[in-house]
Amino acid sequence: MNFGFSEEQELLRSEVRKFLDEQSPMDEVRRVMATAEGYSTELWKQLGELGWLGLITPEAYGGAGLGFVDLMPLLEETGRSLFPSPLISTTLAQAAVLEAGTEAQRARWLPGLADGSRIGTLAILEESGGLEPRSIRLRGERDGAGFALRGDKRFVADAGRADLFVVAFRVGDADEDLALAVLDGDAPGVSAQHLRTLDATKRAGNLVLEDARVSSDALLGAPGSAAPALGRLLDLGAIAVTAEMIGAADGALALTVQYAKDRIQFGSPIGRYQGVKHPLAEAYVDIESMKSLLYYAAWAVHASPEELALAASKAKGFASEAFSRIGITGIQLHGAVGYTEEYDIQLYLRRSKWARPMFGDGDYHYDRIATLGGI
Amino acid sequence: MDFEFTPEQETFRAEVRAFLDENLPPPGERGPEVIAEWNRKLGEKRWIGFSWPKEAGGGGGSLIEQFILKEEMSKAKAPPLGSDFMGLAWVGPALIRHGTEEQKRRFLPDLLNSRTLWCTGYSEPDFGSDLAGLQTRGVLDGDEYVVNGQKIWTTSAHIAEWIFLLVRTTPESESRYGGITCLLVPMNTPGIEVQPIRSLVGIHSFNQVFFNDVRVPVENRLGAEGEGWRVVMGALANERSGISESTEMERYVEDLKDLARTSRKNGRPALEDPSVRRQLARFETKISAMRLNGLRYLTKQLRGEHPSSETSVNKLLRGQLEIPMSELALGLQGDESQYAGPWEFRSLTFHGTVIGGGTPNIQRNIISERILRLPKD
Repeated sequence: MNFGFSEEQELLRSEVRKFLDEQSPMDEVRRVMATAEGYSTELWKQLGELGWLGLITPEAYGGAGLGFVDLMPLLEETGRSLFPSPLISTTLAQAAVLEAGTEAQRARWLPGLADGSRIGTLAILEESGGLEPRSIRLRGERDGAGFALRGDKRFVADAGRADLFVVAFRVGDADEDLALAVLDGDAPGVSAQHLRTLDATKRAGNLVLEDARVSSDALLGAPGSAAPALGRLLDLGAIAVTAEMIGAADGALALTVQYAKDRIQFGSPIGRYQGVKHPLAEAYVDIESMKSLLYYAAWAVHASPEELALAASKAKGFASEAFSRIGITGIQLHGAVGYTEEYDIQLYLRRSKWARPMFGDGDYHYDRIATLGGI
Repeated sequence: MDFEFTPEQETFRAEVRAFLDENLPPPGERGPEVIAEWNRKLGEKRWIGFSWPKEAGGGGGSLIEQFILKEEMSKAKAPPLGSDFMGLAWVGPALIRHGTEEQKRRFLPDLLNSRTLWCTGYSEPDFGSDLAGLQTRGVLDGDEYVVNGQKIWTTSAHIAEWIFLLVRTTPESESRYGGITCLLVPMNTPGIEVQPIRSLVGIHSFNQVFFNDVRVPVENRLGAEGEGWRVVMGALANERSGISESTEMERYVEDLKDLARTSRKNGRPALEDPSVRRQLARFETKISAMRLNGLRYLTKQLRGEHPSSETSVNKLLRGQLEIPMSELALGLQGDESQYAGPWEFRSLTFHGTVIGGGTPNIQRNIISERILRLPKD
């Protein structure tokens, strides 16, 4: 029994933190988020060279050969520094190929995703909150050995900059008759619309498919049998997002605690007053609980897959509500300067708004926990 | 990161389960003799004072085995490990750390064998949450301390043989913590008067205790004069992974789910109401967080770190669970909730468990000052 990170994992955390503190401090984040690309290709390249973009991909395909638990310190740190990049999307694209792809498919796509030369993302949703199999209505029409797709995928993270899209679509009438395929962003009939987001450090948009062709060698698994892999992928997505949320919540708490120590009113630092210090203590309690629930879910990914759905829902459900509270607390305790563009706490508030619906909000996950718990 | 236990630890778990299969008294038959017999058997196994050193009469068990023991006991809804809760939680650990050899020989065996019952004299009418301000005086007179003052919220003072008492021996001490001394006092000493306080459910477990020229031999002092705060705080940090608490919460939420299954809201089964379902799921999630927080802190302890202030996290989570769970239960029962039942009773008593050992606001002070390092207020 050992519910803690190893020395190697803690070392990775401190390396990532050092790198981001030096290379991507908040003024750099602000500069990058104002650009059209929304991320620094230079830093992205460096992350690839450091091996951090392919953490979960096996070494044989150019990755670091680590697991989801190892990913947690990395994502907590990118979350803490609000690092703008398509890291989560590219990691989840790797997870999709890794979990559902054949040997040949892994060799074809993983190396480029793992070194960052190609950006990948998931294209699953068609409606807000549509995470259940029945909500996927895009129908693949038989086209020789493959399929043709005509329709839109919405809420696609990093849609405007991805090279590869892992697309979910329907091949039959039963809820579970789903397929997953990898589409090239440059292929005929595939185009992306970039939409303006509330949190400019995170990008999203629509994937527009106009008779886009899915060749048989692009299908991940047999068509009609992808529902379990898709379900698992959504849980991995919830876990990855939760890890960034925890880092960001920690960052928002640290900023606000520092402000409460520095700001003097009525002759004292405001952090002396219980009206200020108690909400900060509550934020700490929330973050501790978020961490415990997340780490358990990350452990379950490989070590206890039958617990994954429940553990992931507990982690993301709790984090969705807790991080929202922390974003609000952070702004309120900053007083008027919290409402300015200048102070960084507003960037964390925006991040908390971004994170809430990702891979299911609190209501979605609590409903699921109730069902999984037999009520 | 792994949640597996070693084969030795699993063997120990099996031993605890086998013991429970054979010896667990049925819930309806737990009178004083049955509990005495239960404690005797636990004592034979050295499972009372399980983690205390062997030379102190304890079990010399590891933290992880203690975790397993408590988890299994709690899952089986077993009676507590030993009847003297205060003595085992506070007095024993403090004696082991600060007692003389003579004091250990004198007190520990009776404590472990449930032959004595201790109460703890901490809070005073004007110093509850602000414990370090306590004013009960202890004045050295020859080889005795003369104690004058008043304690309050003293659980079991009316049945205890001994009190673990904090007094102020140096009123002009520079630090408020510095002038406090710990005394071990027989409750039948002349000058001690106990008056009952009834809780809001009419139960008598608290008392006021008055000290009027109570003479305590100096050999009954635990630790050096002026060291009383350290003696008590060391004991407080002793062992609190909070694991029994989360299993207790799990039992409540199971109860609550059963209640929800048989309740109706607006003419429909209550479980069709999304808000009921989500509230139950939120409780389950928080309980998981409590349990997992406990495991993370246990891991820290196993790695040799001292997670003392972090126990306030689970104490606060517990506060976020108990009262809201009873509120949901009453809501599910609707008009029935005007009649006395188990949840109606809990909806009153939970207000006591939430403040026991420090109110939620005190826990928030601890976290914000000791962990977040905000200025003291």
